[in-house]
Amino acid sequence: MAYAFDFSAVLEHRDALLAGTGRTLLLTGIGAVAGLALGIAGAACRAWRLAPFDRIFAVYVELIRNTPFLVQLFFIFFGLPALGARLDEWQAAILAVVINLGAYSTEIIRAGIEATPRGQIEAAQSLAMTRPQMFRHVVLPPALARVWPAVCSQVVIVMLGTSVCSQIAAEELTFAANFIQSRNFRAFETYFTVTAIYFLLALAVRQALILAGPQQRGRRPK
Amino acid sequence: MNDIALADIARNLLDGALWTLGLSLTSFALGGLAGLAVLFARIARHPLPRRLAQGYIEVFQGTPLLMQLFIIFFGGGLIGLEIQPWLAAALGLTLFTSAYLGEIWRGCVEAIPKGQWEASASLAMTPLEQMRHVILPQALRIAIAPTVGFSVQVVKGTAVTSIIGFVELTKTGSMLANATFQPFLVFGLVALGYFALCYPLSAYSRILERKIHGARAH
Repeated sequence: MAYAFDFSAVLEHRDALLAGTGRTLLLTGIGAVAGLALGIAGAACRAWRLAPFDRIFAVYVELIRNTPFLVQLFFIFFGLPALGARLDEWQAAILAVVINLGAYSTEIIRAGIEATPRGQIEAAQSLAMTRPQMFRHVVLPPALARVWPAVCSQVVIVMLGTSVCSQIAAEELTFAANFIQSRNFRAFETYFTVTAIYFLLALAVRQALILAGPQQRGRRPK
Repeated sequence: MNDIALADIARNLLDGALWTLGLSLTSFALGGLAGLAVLFARIARHPLPRRLAQGYIEVFQGTPLLMQLFIIFFGGGLIGLEIQPWLAAALGLTLFTSAYLGEIWRGCVEAIPKGQWEASASLAMTPLEQMRHVILPQALRIAIAPTVGFSVQVVKGTAVTSIIGFVELTKTGSMLANATFQPFLVFGLVALGYFALCYPLSAYSRILERKIHGARAH
């Protein structure tokens, strides 16, 4: 069977593609900022064994890392209204991303914090720093710099994972793809184009994060 | 009345979980075999297979699993193949798994000190013999923990196949939630089901990791 590819049928809908791309990026951006903040809080509680939060975060991390993002999303969107928490599709999508990324970044950042050299802590103590000051100025910045590549990878993984948010009718990039292919019946061309957009987004987001992120300092000069 | 409903829900979910388990095992086994091929291409002497494998890995790690499944599911129609959801699911997850395992295992092979290659070369071993007798046995030890850890990603990845209509645990859950109007309970149980499958694997991979690090400290 000869098949004539027709990508113009997809490009006709470039407005929908652009809007979807924008929303995917927005969802990822909001999710990344809030998710990392949650991760930093979680990592601090875990690393310093702040009872009872260390236990709570430990359970949260295990629960989230051992269940699929799609199920977390469905639980939040379809399940939570039973408890009286009715969320629209964007609120649910953002909440799911934040909770998901929060769990992964808790573990990643904790690894960075636990690699802090003992001497750094002792030096900070000898300067009479309080614990929060020490965390803010001595522990966190180098810890984040140490694990930043892993953080970038995780944000990219989460961005690709938001593709399933189309299932709760959040109008992101995959939703746009489904919309377009239901109009032009060019399923292959549509999904191929959108996959290519995701691929470019993944490259761009990773590069941007690496450039914008903290650099490791204090390395011995060459 | 409520008890019977709960028993029904549980039985159906268990059926779904078996499909999730079956798909995970299939994808992991086939993906592992294909991953070996990716590994060998990735560390080949000739730059062509190396670049191809690198591109393959980048594509699968840089695009959503859902899109990969859509392309296989809908792309099959283009060449006149009627692809069933289970086939698209198994094929998509196998490719996805092979890309990740190939890259994980490359890291393990490259973690073997260069001296091991040089020493075995000085014994006049061919590259294949070097791999077979010197490098792979050592790399295998390092590879076990991250490989078990990655199996969790495979199990979680199977949830996405519900979107192309494969009836596994998540899809069963969606259907039950619609039928029973108890989404909180149903999706809670679905999440528990995945947790029961994944947690032992994550815990085991952590134990393995600790063992290897402990052994290295000596």
